[in-house]
Formats: sequence, structure tokens, C-alpha cells
Amino acid sequence: MQIPAPFDYARATDVDNALALLERHGPDARLVAGGHSLLPMMKLRLARPEWLIDINGLAELDFLVREGNVFRVGALTRHTALFESSDVARLFPIVTDAEQVIADPVVRNRGTIGGSLCQADPAEDLSTVCDVLQAEAVIRGPAGERTVSMDEFHRGPYETAVGQNELLVELRFPIRDRSGSAYEKVERRVGDWAVAAAGAAVVLAADGTIDDASVGLTAVGLDGTVSGIGDLLHGRRPDEDLFTEAGRMAAAACEPVSDQRGGIDYKRHLADELTRRVLRSACARAAEQEG
Amino acid sequence: MQISMSVNGNEVTRDIEPRVLLVHFIREELGLTGTHWGCDTSNCGTCVVLMDGQPVKSCTVLAAMADGHEIRTVEGLASNGALDPVQQGFMEEHGLQCGFCTPGMMLTARALLDKNPHPDDGEIRQAISGQICRCTGYATIVRSVHWAADHPNGGAAASDAAGPSDTEEVTA
Repeated sequence: MQIPAPFDYARATDVDNALALLERHGPDARLVAGGHSLLPMMKLRLARPEWLIDINGLAELDFLVREGNVFRVGALTRHTALFESSDVARLFPIVTDAEQVIADPVVRNRGTIGGSLCQADPAEDLSTVCDVLQAEAVIRGPAGERTVSMDEFHRGPYETAVGQNELLVELRFPIRDRSGSAYEKVERRVGDWAVAAAGAAVVLAADGTIDDASVGLTAVGLDGTVSGIGDLLHGRRPDEDLFTEAGRMAAAACEPVSDQRGGIDYKRHLADELTRRVLRSACARAAEQEG
Repeated sequence: MQISMSVNGNEVTRDIEPRVLLVHFIREELGLTGTHWGCDTSNCGTCVVLMDGQPVKSCTVLAAMADGHEIRTVEGLASNGALDPVQQGFMEEHGLQCGFCTPGMMLTARALLDKNPHPDDGEIRQAISGQICRCTGYATIVRSVHWAADHPNGGAAASDAAGPSDTEEVTA
């Protein structure tokens, strides 16, 4: 039987209260939301907090709101809510694509976008999604709020810019005209981590050429997005030759490791193929949006 | 710490250690052993219960997190001695062999039908995709859920066939 080691439990009543509890209990305290990463780690003693601060009651962090050209997502928004949102599906189909393959539907009822990003697992899908959408993370701490780019947010595996006494409160996604996005993952079975996955976001110019494009890869040893791919695609007309070039570039940029999910060559092949597919789909979606 | 929640419509209050998982709280504190405890790693889904109407894997939810919430277990599916159409469907369409995954499958099915009364095969398979049946019974499970969708008021014959059933007693 796997049971976490003993800990003390506090239920935060609002964000300020959560920050006060973090401050009071120091580095031995951890926040818990959905708990589907932290509780398994506590069962295995990979995490052993003295205090668990439950933020599930912070309704103020559970929202999806459009404000002008920014789409704001509260950190406590459950995966299921993201998956089922028609606004999200229309504006950021990549999020819907990814949510459909994150864990399984029952786990998605608990897991949150903030929890996924803060867990910062290298095989975590939403990190790639936020990267290519050029999202910003809003972090609140004792000194107030700060907004960081995803580049600044990611610090490496299981590490983010969120300090011990801070809380990720919100993600902000820029809404862009004539844009399209897509995500595709290869997994061995439902709920498993990705063997490899790719996400793409594109913006088309009025003449149908690609104005801006970004590609990210999951679980194949690439931090952030594929550098240089925006330059490769900019000003070009989306077609199969271009996607092939981009796929090759993505495959060369990643550094997968061989493990039980596959060998290096296979994962590189997936990076290539999945990059082509998500670009194809993102460009088609952007063109549809235009019409 | 003291927690209170509604389980199958009954208010329960208990003093527990914060580290107690919801599955153990339900099984050991409340004696409701219809909720099964399987992989312990949120993979198999046999521990699924409904929390405020949504399926959750109770091996990965602290009992403390369910404080103030509504929990429904397989013991709460039948009402007034009448099986839920999902339970009947599993009988009619042979939706189980060993029965270990069945409570979780039925609760997920109930939540699906509450939201989507006429799911297609794909939607049913998607809904139960986080739950494992090792008797290779997915085809019959899908048929069972269809049966329940087609018989939202159940069927008297199936209810008779159930005979004496421990699902009739809700002892939270």
C-alpha cells in the first residue's frame, strides 16, 4: 500500500492566505492542486513536504476570460475545463488537441494547467503548448505580481521561475488574427507520457504566406521552441516541401535519449513527422480562420 | 483533522490523518468496500468515485480534499432498491467477468450519461480510457453503457433478475 509520509495540511482560503501559509511554513511546504503529480511523488517519497497547502478552494484562480487580444486562463483551471471550452477550441485549437491526450479523462477532472506547468516534467504537454503560443505566466509573491515569458518561466526539468514563496496565478495567451495551431503526440497507451510530441502555432499574412511560426517538441530533449524555424518559415507559402524542411530542422534540433519508450532514431523520426503534421494542420486551421 | 462530506447522500464526519487517501477513507473508515483499490498510481481506475458528479481516481485524492464535497460510490448507484440503468446494462450485456473494474466503470458511465445521454462508441471508449479491464471486456462494457443509454428508466425484468443485492443498502 502506498501512503504518503505524515504531513500537516492547511486549506488556503484565497491567494493571499496561500502566500501567507507558504511564508509561514517555509521550504517544507508545498502547494497542492489536482495532486496527480505531487501525491504519487509523495507516495514514493520522491517528495516529502512537512506541510501541504491545498489551493483547490481558490475559485478566484479558476477562470477562462477573453480581454481584448489576450486570453486569460486561471492557474487552477482544470484540464477538463480547457478541453471542453469552445472559446479555447476556436482560438487555440492546439490546447484542445493537447488536452485530449493529457493523461486520461478522469485524471483531467482533477489536474490543472498551473499544476502541470509548475511540475515542469520534461514530457509535459502544456509547456510546449504555452511555448509555441508565446504565453506569459503571472506569478504572485509577497512583493506582488510579476509577469514572465515562457523562456523565463522554464528553468529546466522540474524547475520553474516560481519561487518557494510564490504562486503561479494565471497564464496569458495572445490572440492573433489569421492564426492556427495544432498538437500531436505519440504515446504507447492512453495516459502514458509522450514518446514524442510536437506543437505548432502559425500566423498567416494576408497573401497566404507564413508571417510567424513557432514549433515546440515534447519529451525529446529540446528546451523551448525550435530556434530558427520561424525564420525558415517566414514569408514562405505553406506546402509539403516547406513542411518537410521544417520537419528535418526540428529533428536535427532535438536531443532525445533512448529509453523504454523508444530509441534515439525513432524519436527523431517522430520529431520530424509530427512537426510536419502539426504545421500542416496549423496552417490549414489558420487558412480556415481567414475565410 | 476533522472532515465532513456527503457520501451517497449521507453526511459523514470523521477524524482522520491528513495523509489518508479518499479510497481508504471510503473503504476503511466508512466500510464501503464497493470502491476498489487497485494500482494505487492513478492508472487503473478501479477506485473511481464521483466527486460533485465528476469521476475522480480516489487513490490520488486526499480524503481531506473531499471535505465539504459530495461523494457518490457504487453503493449509491441504486436507489430505493432499483438498480441504476447502468448497473442493469452491465447485467444485460455481460459488462463484467471478474468484476474488479466494474464499480469504477459504472460510475464513469453514470457521469458520462448524465452529461451526454446518447454517447456514441467513441465517446464511451474515450470516457473509460483511463480505466483498465483485464478480462478484455471493453466491447461488452461499451455495449452495457449503450444499453443504459437506450433504457434511461431501466427495465423491470432486469431489476427482478438482480435478486437480493448488497447494492441496495447504503451504509455511509
